[in-house]
Amino acid sequence: MKPVNFDYARPDGVEAAIKLVSDESRTVKMMAGSQSLGPMLNLRLVQPDLIVDLTGIEELRCVEDTGDEIRIGACITHADIEDLRVIDVTRGALPTVAAGIAYRAVRNRGTIGGSLTHADPSADWHSILAAVGAKVVLRGRNGERTLAVEDYMLGALEVDIRPGEVLVCVQVPKLSASSRWGYFKSCRKTGEFAHAIGAFVVDPDRGISRAVIGATESRPIVIKEAGNIMGDGRAAGLSEHFDDRAVNDILEKAGMLDQLNRKIHVAALRRAIEQARPQ
Amino acid sequence: MNRAIRRVATASEVQGMAAQGVGASIPRKEDDRFLRGRGEFVGDIRLAGMRDVAFVRSPLAHARIKDIRIPPHLRDSVFIASDLAADTLPIRAVSGLQGFKPSDQPILAFEKVRQVGELIAMCVADTRAEAEDIAAAVEVDFEELPAVHDMLLARRPDSALVHEEWGDNVFLETFVDLNMEAAYDAPIKITREISTARQSMAPMEGRGTVAVWHKRMDQLVLYTGNQQPHIVRNGLSECLKLEQLKIRIVSPDVGGGFGYKGIVLTEDVCLGWLAMRCGYPVRWIEDRREHLTAGANCREHHYNITVYADRDGTLRGVECEASVDSGAYSSYPFSACLEAAQIASILPGPYDFPSYRCRTWSVSTNKCPILPYRGVARTGVCYAIELMMDAIAHECGLEPYEVRLKNLVRPEQMPFDNITKKHFDSGDYPESLRRALAKIDLAGLRARQKKGEPDGRLIGVGLAVYCEQGAHGTSVYAGWGIPMVPGHEQATARMTPDGGLELRIGAHSHGQGMETTLPQIAHEILGIDVARIKLVHGDTEYTPYSTGSWGSRCAVMSGGAVATASRELAKLVKGIGAHLLQTEIENVRLENAAVVGPSNSVTIAEIAHTWYRRPQDLPATVDPRGLEVTVGYKPVRDSGTFSYASHIAVVAVDPELGDIELIDYVIVEDGGKLINPMVVDGQIYGGLAQGIGTALYEEMNFDTSGQPLASTFADYLLPGPTEVPAPKVGHLETLAPYTEFGVKGIGEGGAIAPPAAIGNAVNDALRPLGAQLLHTPMTPRRVLEAIEAASAGRDKKSPELAEGLSA
Repeated sequence: MKPVNFDYARPDGVEAAIKLVSDESRTVKMMAGSQSLGPMLNLRLVQPDLIVDLTGIEELRCVEDTGDEIRIGACITHADIEDLRVIDVTRGALPTVAAGIAYRAVRNRGTIGGSLTHADPSADWHSILAAVGAKVVLRGRNGERTLAVEDYMLGALEVDIRPGEVLVCVQVPKLSASSRWGYFKSCRKTGEFAHAIGAFVVDPDRGISRAVIGATESRPIVIKEAGNIMGDGRAAGLSEHFDDRAVNDILEKAGMLDQLNRKIHVAALRRAIEQARPQ
Repeated sequence: MNRAIRRVATASEVQGMAAQGVGASIPRKEDDRFLRGRGEFVGDIRLAGMRDVAFVRSPLAHARIKDIRIPPHLRDSVFIASDLAADTLPIRAVSGLQGFKPSDQPILAFEKVRQVGELIAMCVADTRAEAEDIAAAVEVDFEELPAVHDMLLARRPDSALVHEEWGDNVFLETFVDLNMEAAYDAPIKITREISTARQSMAPMEGRGTVAVWHKRMDQLVLYTGNQQPHIVRNGLSECLKLEQLKIRIVSPDVGGGFGYKGIVLTEDVCLGWLAMRCGYPVRWIEDRREHLTAGANCREHHYNITVYADRDGTLRGVECEASVDSGAYSSYPFSACLEAAQIASILPGPYDFPSYRCRTWSVSTNKCPILPYRGVARTGVCYAIELMMDAIAHECGLEPYEVRLKNLVRPEQMPFDNITKKHFDSGDYPESLRRALAKIDLAGLRARQKKGEPDGRLIGVGLAVYCEQGAHGTSVYAGWGIPMVPGHEQATARMTPDGGLELRIGAHSHGQGMETTLPQIAHEILGIDVARIKLVHGDTEYTPYSTGSWGSRCAVMSGGAVATASRELAKLVKGIGAHLLQTEIENVRLENAAVVGPSNSVTIAEIAHTWYRRPQDLPATVDPRGLEVTVGYKPVRDSGTFSYASHIAVVAVDPELGDIELIDYVIVEDGGKLINPMVVDGQIYGGLAQGIGTALYEEMNFDTSGQPLASTFADYLLPGPTEVPAPKVGHLETLAPYTEFGVKGIGEGGAIAPPAAIGNAVNDALRPLGAQLLHTPMTPRRVLEAIEAASAGRDKKSPELAEGLSA
């Protein structure tokens, strides 16, 4: 279980990284925390000619407050968020979820951008960031483009990244004081990838009510207008009107054919919503 | 903690010293290097010029090899079966049991592969990565054959054959019938189909081998993390056709054995063959994918079992058809049938009943060979019989513990020969259960169950009782007729000139704490400070022959040998001491590491100095053996010690997600005299963790083409610290009648009962829903499926209707 021979580059700027990953003459893989890529290299599931290590790029390690949102650099680690080295604008959602990702050793190295780009359907960031309405910023030779997190993942281990593009940051909107959130994941053991994830954010002042069902076979199912599931978000308890059957139907329409699988995903979302603290 | 009935104060306690002898919970000497990361494992060994080996392994479970193509420029770095053919013999582990069909496990496959991961070619290079590059460049053409992937289907006449020359896929069939028909009039008859998943042992350290030809010693030196170095020497000698004087096996620190590290692997033979020829040291370190998919498989049992009972819960008889998926080859030295054949002899468990019939099959399939894993056969057996005892309780409207108390062998029956002629040496089985029950509030839990949980989860209580034959010796193993029969266990005790004591044993300590506990035994007899007693083990060059560490035997066998050697040494010490004190040996005694005479004393250190450094002070009549003894030991009776325990699990089952949480766990065990109770507790904790793995997490599945479905720990789940609760542990100490100090073997027990106790607890929790689980691991998915099947009322394969495969 040793990787194939590959070249390694550690550029110090995004422009240099873009240049390296644009080389279409050979197989290039970007590396951030390497918590998924490392094992895949060792198992020779990935056999690159060149590894471009992004962790030496200062810009990707920065966090910027732009007023309505913060921009989290792609190489910010889960532990940075867990330990509040990154300012929290989500009323505890991101730090709480970060603290539940895998094990501390993984969180020390694993990065938010790496996790999103690796695109494991069970990864926590895809579900919670979709719930808060976060976006990813990709930069390539022709400039930047911005995508909603839920549109970035195309399927299992597949994202909408074009040749020569690098994910530079994640834009996380600031939740208002009236917002509430919940997150529930079902794992068989601590640190294991989830088998079902439920996440929601309601922010009545900003007119947002989003629910996410994650850890599916493919990308998370995002219910952008979840009013029929959680009400307008101003009630004391949000789960009173939760309709198992309606959510089950959504899952079935989304292609989740296994009935027991739907059952645990419905339960995950309901339990996430049950966590909502009274206003 | 409840410990110490009939506990005798140790010699050192009487003298008021800090206790170090038998019964003292002193810290483990070996932990200092382990906890500081200073252990030396095979992977730590660096020899000058050492090169790495990687193997080309079969990607198919069952296929004919049509062609192997090696790029010409790599031919010198790649070795295939034809290269080894003249110098090696296949691994052949026979059993003397009637009807056993032996298998030849090729060192490198030729003609045919019979499991995924089977070795086809050995590739050597300066680094493992380069060796893997070479392996990737070797092309093999296969003609795929239908895979024998299911042990029940494998017994059908239309099945493909793993070993064509056999005519079927059965290594061995056994049958025992003891008065079965007498039970048929029992008012209660319950039948279940029960099974345990195939597992992978998953010690922290996998296998590994470093081999080098030592020119001066004219000897192959093979370093391999191993429980049974002398047995590896036997096996290698046979496979390499090399006399044993020319083989030295060194087993350094070992990061968990559990059975896997006792097996002679084809990789060991390959490395030995290469080292004899290449002129440089070679190394193979098993990676986790190799470990999971090609190596350390164990446990896969299937039972069709029927119990007969009276309405008061009295067990009248047990009738069973049991199959074990033994995989492709019979492994060395335990053979392919130890697991299944043992089922027949130990299924009756700790119970006394009059009628028994059991038929077993050791079935060959296109999977890795089944290997003995901590608890060997007992874990599956305990799961099967204990689920049935609960079924009887439910049928009779009794508490499960009442049915156990009604049927357990009673203390006044001890020693007791059970229905399969197992000789239970001593113990109070019902008392272990009563003490375990005292550690939970059963009435409170029953009330809580009636009331229901605020979070909607279902509470369940389950128990299991087992007894474990350990340290069984010549009389038992001669009957199995496998390549290894334990005889007298030998130990060497040897003073150093400065008063230190070396103990040398042929077994290996790899977690059992023997570097501490065996010196405790010597201290008990000789009084030498444990800090000045060193255990030498794990090297055939330095230690007496032994079958090694397996079968919960070392405390009894190596401990007994050390005690015997220490007593012999004490006589020699006293002889010299008496001379130095100018008195007769009858007038001296050994006390506090000194020989004490009528008027004065001399320390053992002074006696050692005299023997080695000042022989001029010794008389001509001094015993020429000096201060060194090698002597063998066997218990008074070698049919084995029977330790036992009662386990109770309390679980909370989430009926919506299928999650199972262990909310309480109790173990009350009896290991006879405990040499070091803290070390015993450590063994129990470790075993419990593995038992929880069997119960809830670990599963090595194969698809219908014989492909293993878990190749990393992302797919093969092990319990971690957050999944293993701190158990409430209690001890009885009923002395074993036939061993030194009354010690019993307990090393494996912790891993035996958890699946049964947890399984019964889960079924107790699910009873209101009419659901039950009869298969390990009890995954969330299986919980939900059982609930679904019960609620849909479409449980077509209801347990009562399960049909056994007929012979």
